[in-house]
Amino acid sequence: MEPQARTLVDISGSHAALAGRADMVLERARWAAEVFQRYDRESTMAIADAVAAAAHDSAERFADWAVRETGFGVAAHKKLKNQLTSRPLVDFYRNDDYVNPRIDEARKIVEIPRPAGVILALTPSTNPIATLNYKVLISLMTRNAIVISPHPAARECSVDAARALGEAAMDAGAPDGAIQIIENPGIPLVEELMVSPKTSVILATGGTAMVRSAYSSSNPAIGVGPGNAPVFVDSTADIDKAAKRIVESKSFDNSALCTNESVLITLEDVDARLRRSFKQAKAYICDADDVDRLRRYLFHDRGFNIECIGRDAAWIAQECGIRVPDGTLVLLAPIAQIGVEEPLSREKLCPVLAYHVVKRRNQAITQARAVLRLAGAGHSAAVHAMDEQVAMAFASAVEAYRVVVNTPCTQGAAGFQTALAPTFTVGTGFYGRSSIGENIGPGHLVHWTRLAYNSDASEYFGNYRGLKPGFSGPLPEAPSDGVPGSNGYRARRAEADAGVFSGVTREELRRMIAEELRAVLRK
Amino acid sequence: MSEAKLEFLDRSRAFWNPGKTQDWQDMGVDLVIDRREGYYLFDMDGRRLIDLHLNGGTYNLGHRNPELVEALKAGSARFDMGNHHFPALARTALAEALAACAPAPNMVYTAYGSGGGEAIDIAIKTARHAKQRRKIVSIVKAYHGHTGLALKTGDDRFSKLFLSEDTLGEFVQVPFNDLNAMEDALRGRDVAAVIMETIPATYGFPMPQEGYLPNVKKLCEKYDALYIADEVQTGLMRCGELWACTKYGIEPDIMVTGKGIGGGMYPIACTCIGEHCGGWLTEDGFGHISTGGGAELGCIVAMKVLEIVQRPEVRTMVRYVSDYMRAGLDRIMTEYPDFFIGIRQHGVVMGLEFNHEQGAKPVMKNLYDNGVWAIFSTLDPRVLQFKPGLLMTQADCEEVLRRVEIGIGLARDEVMGRHRKSA
Ligand SMILES: Cc1ncc(COP(=O)(O)O)c(C=O)c1O
Repeated sequence: MEPQARTLVDISGSHAALAGRADMVLERARWAAEVFQRYDRESTMAIADAVAAAAHDSAERFADWAVRETGFGVAAHKKLKNQLTSRPLVDFYRNDDYVNPRIDEARKIVEIPRPAGVILALTPSTNPIATLNYKVLISLMTRNAIVISPHPAARECSVDAARALGEAAMDAGAPDGAIQIIENPGIPLVEELMVSPKTSVILATGGTAMVRSAYSSSNPAIGVGPGNAPVFVDSTADIDKAAKRIVESKSFDNSALCTNESVLITLEDVDARLRRSFKQAKAYICDADDVDRLRRYLFHDRGFNIECIGRDAAWIAQECGIRVPDGTLVLLAPIAQIGVEEPLSREKLCPVLAYHVVKRRNQAITQARAVLRLAGAGHSAAVHAMDEQVAMAFASAVEAYRVVVNTPCTQGAAGFQTALAPTFTVGTGFYGRSSIGENIGPGHLVHWTRLAYNSDASEYFGNYRGLKPGFSGPLPEAPSDGVPGSNGYRARRAEADAGVFSGVTREELRRMIAEELRAVLRK
Repeated sequence: MSEAKLEFLDRSRAFWNPGKTQDWQDMGVDLVIDRREGYYLFDMDGRRLIDLHLNGGTYNLGHRNPELVEALKAGSARFDMGNHHFPALARTALAEALAACAPAPNMVYTAYGSGGGEAIDIAIKTARHAKQRRKIVSIVKAYHGHTGLALKTGDDRFSKLFLSEDTLGEFVQVPFNDLNAMEDALRGRDVAAVIMETIPATYGFPMPQEGYLPNVKKLCEKYDALYIADEVQTGLMRCGELWACTKYGIEPDIMVTGKGIGGGMYPIACTCIGEHCGGWLTEDGFGHISTGGGAELGCIVAMKVLEIVQRPEVRTMVRYVSDYMRAGLDRIMTEYPDFFIGIRQHGVVMGLEFNHEQGAKPVMKNLYDNGVWAIFSTLDPRVLQFKPGLLMTQADCEEVLRRVEIGIGLARDEVMGRHRKSA
């Protein structure tokens, strides 16, 4: 008979067991983070590049898997997102150095980057792999360890993807435990992870409840609230292009990104032209009866029907009993009101776009503000206009921290097709009860120790050029005395010597000391 | 020292153990452990100590590890010690869990003791029954416990005191790392078993030379003796694998685990027995009887211990703790090269060697004064046993190294004088 390890007394649901599990994962991450801080920029970027390459290579496989497992989105678009969040992401930040000190000679300040430590990353079911890639890479670029807590609905593909990235990282020399994933995420365990003092910062992308809970954890948190982007199509817009772009945006991954346009606002004198352009762009314009059906189907008493997240337009139309032409990409739902009484003015993570017509530009702005008051504060908005005064008036009025102009909002606000930082965590700032109002990037995962000199111009400022902290790299492996092969162990000199001065040549050192001496003697 | 502690120590002398109580005072260690948590001990006067003694790995997973406390609590809602004569749910479940991770494929049986010594006695009795011979070979300065048979395998300091040393020539001791002596002891084919601590702990962790242990095993096979691995201190991941003997490529016939297997929460020890030498379990299953051995509550805790130590996170952390401590100790060694002269290490099993007959005692005392509790090796006081826990945090490791650097410096000045030989 084969022996088995069986459980007689099951404590797995107890607080002790959950806290114990959380603690073990986080402490392993803390060790990894501690060692990671010893890495120089070259080895750090080599790891990031290797992981990005692994993510890029498996973009398609995990896109298919994510769609299969969650039922959300379009595999081809997910593949694109998975790719965008791998190599191009690292390339975007390639010239930003988060490892070496920065010297500001004019202000006599030297800044030394200090990684956060352990990043606890919550990833959503809508963009499981892209978000995971992105959070892993911004953590690695900044020499942080990351613990991923995936959405349960996307658990399997996330666990597999994280393992693959973890292996790529280890092969490239990353410390063991730099990338970990919680294989059985349940709310009680995630809460233990969030409240642990071993978590340095929580990067929360997910439902409002999860984000608020991250903020309540007593740990630093960077959370993103939901989106509900209003898009204004002005009379000065290129109407054809605007319609095309909005359809492109709404149909991209079937609006599973929170930056997708939710409510379109336009003017009476644009309405007819815009409808025509939309039809050409394969949007279907619902009649009053259709809108009724859509409303009832998308929203029930408990809120948005998550069945529809990332579903395509034809699927949704069929579910509601709306007949649409073949190839329809977006359902346009004209609504007369915006606000609490109209559910369709809320966030819809599917290719349904509410369509509202106003009389004047001013009214467009007040309606756009109302959309964001309802949901999505601090998130995204879009405007299509050739007149920059219109864009300025709109952007300075709406409570969104990114307003994309003449661009698909889904892609543009997330930093694809615009010069915004490419991200899968959109900071919703103070309007959205979040700590950061820009697209989250690696820069948010380091703080800087600032060496500040006396600002009096007559006071000496040190020569910091070429001076680096002791990058001593991975820990040398301790011996296992008596085990064959272990006899070769020698204490590594670098361990004893790695001081502040490594990276500086003897010549430079001598010159610096001489300079310092001269400065002292001058007094 | 507080009045309360003084008074307590008097009581300890009066009612518990006058000699042992006084010896510690004489060594400058006035520790009376009160509260304990994780890798911290709190003296009854409130001082905190980081525990690097861990009673030889008993507190591998920390003092009062919450998961083990919970397992014990939950277990006691259903079990007690159990009836040692009957087939028992928990005892069999633990035996199965051990068989599933044993260092040899045919190690199917587990017999239980209530402590390490008893489990060693069971191992020796098992070997004697299997081979129908009495002779046992052990290592000079080995330590396998103080029960009847275990005592005879060890240093005579402890057996002679009680007039319990071997007088019949049944217990032979040979020097560690000496294969010739071992072969001489086995040559007569009259030996039931060789018993080996994989790394002799109380002797200060001298490390087996490359090839020594596997060759001892080969000699056992050659001369028809059994190999008993005492993994009481070295097992349970302390050497980076579940059982240290695995690292040296050994599949023992019998293995003993104790101390840490009970997580410091419920005493229990286990003798894992290869099918080929467990004959007595069939011939007369009542042959070894122990009311407290394999108490079912202990089994519940032990199963949790086995589950925890086999988590992948633990493996990584043991590596980090070993590597980090070693890097730090190497650095400290360069500070005091005339005093701190060597490190023996396998995983988190470490011995720090000092250049003085009794060098580890002043180091122990100065570490104690600096908030670290690590004990000298009873059988080689030049060596300090340095035994960090499996789950030690990076912060605590850094804290230990900071204090050790100071403590060793003070001890060095005491022993060698403040004058520094130029390094
Ligand atoms: C290697 C070894 N074996 C056996 C024992 C005996 O264990 P116990 O004290 O539980 O009887 C000890 C105790 O220190 C030990 O270190």
